Amino acid sequence: MATEILMPALSPTMEEGTLAKWLVKEGDTVNSGDILAEIETDKATMEFEAVDEGTVGKILIGEGTEGVKVNTPIAVLVEDGESADDYEASSAREEAPSGEAPAEKAPTDKPAAAAPEKAPAMPAKVLEPDYPEGTEMVQTTVREALRDAMAEEMRRDEDVFLMGEEVAEYQGAYKVSQGLLDEFGSKRVIDTPITEHGFAGIATGAAFGGLRPIVEFMTFNFAMQAIDHIINSAAKTLYMSGGQLGAPMVFRGPNGAAARVAAQHSQDYAAWYMQIPGLKVAMPYSAADAKGLMKTAIRDNNPVIFLENEILYGRAFDVPKLDDFTIPFGKARIWREGSDVTIVSFGIGMQYALEAADKLAQDGISAEVIDLRTLRPMDLPTVIESVKKTNRLVTVEEGWPQGSVGSYIASEVMQQAFDYLDAPVVTCTGKDVPMPYAANLERHALITTDEVVEAVKQVTYR
Amino acid sequence: MAARKSVKKPNVSAEELTKHYREMLLIRRFEEKSGQLYGMGLIGGFCHLYIGQEAVVVGLEAAAEEGDKRVTSYRDHGHMLACGMDPDGVMAELTGREGGYSKGKGGSMHMFSKEKHFYGGHGIVGAQVPIGAGLAFADKYKGNGRVTFTYFGDGAANQGQVYETFNMAALWKLPVVFVIENNQYAMGTAQQRSTSSAEIWERGKAFGIPGEAVDGMNVLSVKEAGERAVAHCRSGDGPYILEVKTYRYRGHSMSDPAKYRTREEVQKMREERDPIEQVREMLLTGGHASEEDLKAIDKEIKEIVSKSAEFAKESPEPALDELWTDIYA
Repeated sequence: MATEILMPALSPTMEEGTLAKWLVKEGDTVNSGDILAEIETDKATMEFEAVDEGTVGKILIGEGTEGVKVNTPIAVLVEDGESADDYEASSAREEAPSGEAPAEKAPTDKPAAAAPEKAPAMPAKVLEPDYPEGTEMVQTTVREALRDAMAEEMRRDEDVFLMGEEVAEYQGAYKVSQGLLDEFGSKRVIDTPITEHGFAGIATGAAFGGLRPIVEFMTFNFAMQAIDHIINSAAKTLYMSGGQLGAPMVFRGPNGAAARVAAQHSQDYAAWYMQIPGLKVAMPYSAADAKGLMKTAIRDNNPVIFLENEILYGRAFDVPKLDDFTIPFGKARIWREGSDVTIVSFGIGMQYALEAADKLAQDGISAEVIDLRTLRPMDLPTVIESVKKTNRLVTVEEGWPQGSVGSYIASEVMQQAFDYLDAPVVTCTGKDVPMPYAANLERHALITTDEVVEAVKQVTYR
Repeated sequence: MAARKSVKKPNVSAEELTKHYREMLLIRRFEEKSGQLYGMGLIGGFCHLYIGQEAVVVGLEAAAEEGDKRVTSYRDHGHMLACGMDPDGVMAELTGREGGYSKGKGGSMHMFSKEKHFYGGHGIVGAQVPIGAGLAFADKYKGNGRVTFTYFGDGAANQGQVYETFNMAALWKLPVVFVIENNQYAMGTAQQRSTSSAEIWERGKAFGIPGEAVDGMNVLSVKEAGERAVAHCRSGDGPYILEVKTYRYRGHSMSDPAKYRTREEVQKMREERDPIEQVREMLLTGGHASEEDLKAIDKEIKEIVSKSAEFAKESPEPALDELWTDIYA
């Protein structure tokens, strides 16, 4: 019986990929373990091995095809005496990942969705844009925007260097540092051993010694091994030295839940780092903000915690084409103007906030959506001004409820704008549990768009 | 490499020997005064005295060149004085005054002087070790030929980050001298109760880092070993470890009654191996100085220390708005 070969998921967050190259052709005999194809994920080009034995009866997806969804049949293996013509695509699978029957796809078809995922539609009006009107925009992924920001700053200042696990020869565990080793060499793009506590301390010492390190944590979960240096060494020394000695450096990496990596690899540290005087904390959502804030972070004379998100890495946004595009810290962005409720979020929480605003608009509720972009300094005046207009506030974040970013905002708004509130502030957060592995439980543990919609209805008494 | 015996007939000038004497004496008298001010309530919090260990920093500073860096733990007063920081500024920091090196905001454990290349003064045991390697990383990156002295104790030598740092320092050939000031007690725990190795410096062998044990009560032995270490680092051969066997006469901090060792043990060390007495003896027997000469030095040092104590008492407390400065650069 013919066996389908399906597009594999080769990373926790991979939903689709590019079938870069076939290493077998129709009629070839394959054994399990033979390399069938090269598949490009959002992180790397991976070799894809055969599990079953047989003859390649038919190649369904031609090489070079982008955006091939995970679980799409890409080829058919047949046994001796069988013909690929016996194969009928639709009968072979119970669960089709997308509507289109794969067999009907011509091998050279370019799927409608290009490789980078599209972010939600831009708002009609962005208040106080960070760049001049009429600036040319280029669709760029968050991943590329971060890389471009680092490369630009490394060109600008010899003292800037990048260190971390797999940042150089591997080109970045999440491909964020792709190409940097080639351009800047091993003196400035440095692979470290797996030793977060040690290299965070070495980087802090290098910053004391006059350099401007960028430290990549493969994920911020591992930065817990290094948190003593981030807080006790990097954040406090300027104060303890009476202003003599500071640590101009960036600690960056993916933060928060990725997909199906469970409790020890899925934690949002925004509220933790936001608490520390001496640190600055940026947590961008869009690629433009990722770029502009990263450049500002590298130039900042203080230790900056730069919280990225693995799921956002592959998202493409408009990024202004400017020689030197920076975004100041402490300036929120109003993504969407509204009059009935203020939704405040940051990082990947913005995805839920914006989706909720779209849904609410259909119900005739006009939501103002604010992206804080940096949590320390935090642009509370923009939030307060908005609340004075809408009289209602919902905060959205992926982190846990107790001691959340939202609870701090709620407290500030209560103290600064109590008379303007027409309803108690609702803080939407992740559930108060370690992240479960099971797909359904994980979905339930995270904040959802529906929960944001529900919260808005609660504060607007709908 | 094995431990080297202390030099019997030192090849050292009278001038140099006198300098060592003066510097060690300054630390001893300064620390005695600190203890006194602590007792009077003028110094607060934790205060860790360096008495007994003076030969370590004085010997190693004699091996350093201008521009070389140093970083240490919270037992840092001696290091600061030895690298030329002003006793007034150090003492005023101990009393938490405006005239202190950190404007009164750091205290005994957290002091810095960029001018003298002193990078702290770190309160977390072992944290200064990767920081010291990082300073060396910066120097190597800049190619300026400088060396960093990274001091830590026998207690800190059991922190994991020390070995993470050894690995990277060896891998990247960082110009750092790791100075293990082995005063035999990690707070109240004797080395044999806390440390699997009798010779801590030998742990460097696992990383290919050369090193040696040094008589830390003999300033000339320390200096000589320091010169070897510095030469190794400056030639680009990577890190070097000096395990300097020393002894602290006082408790771990001012509030430590030191019941974990006998009075006799301390007394024996003071009588037989005191680093200052050894140099004093050399000066006198070698005919380099008379009792009167040394008395004059003692008097001079006493005056410096008294002056620093006066300054530290008279310097005002920091203005209240200092609370809000130096949080961000």
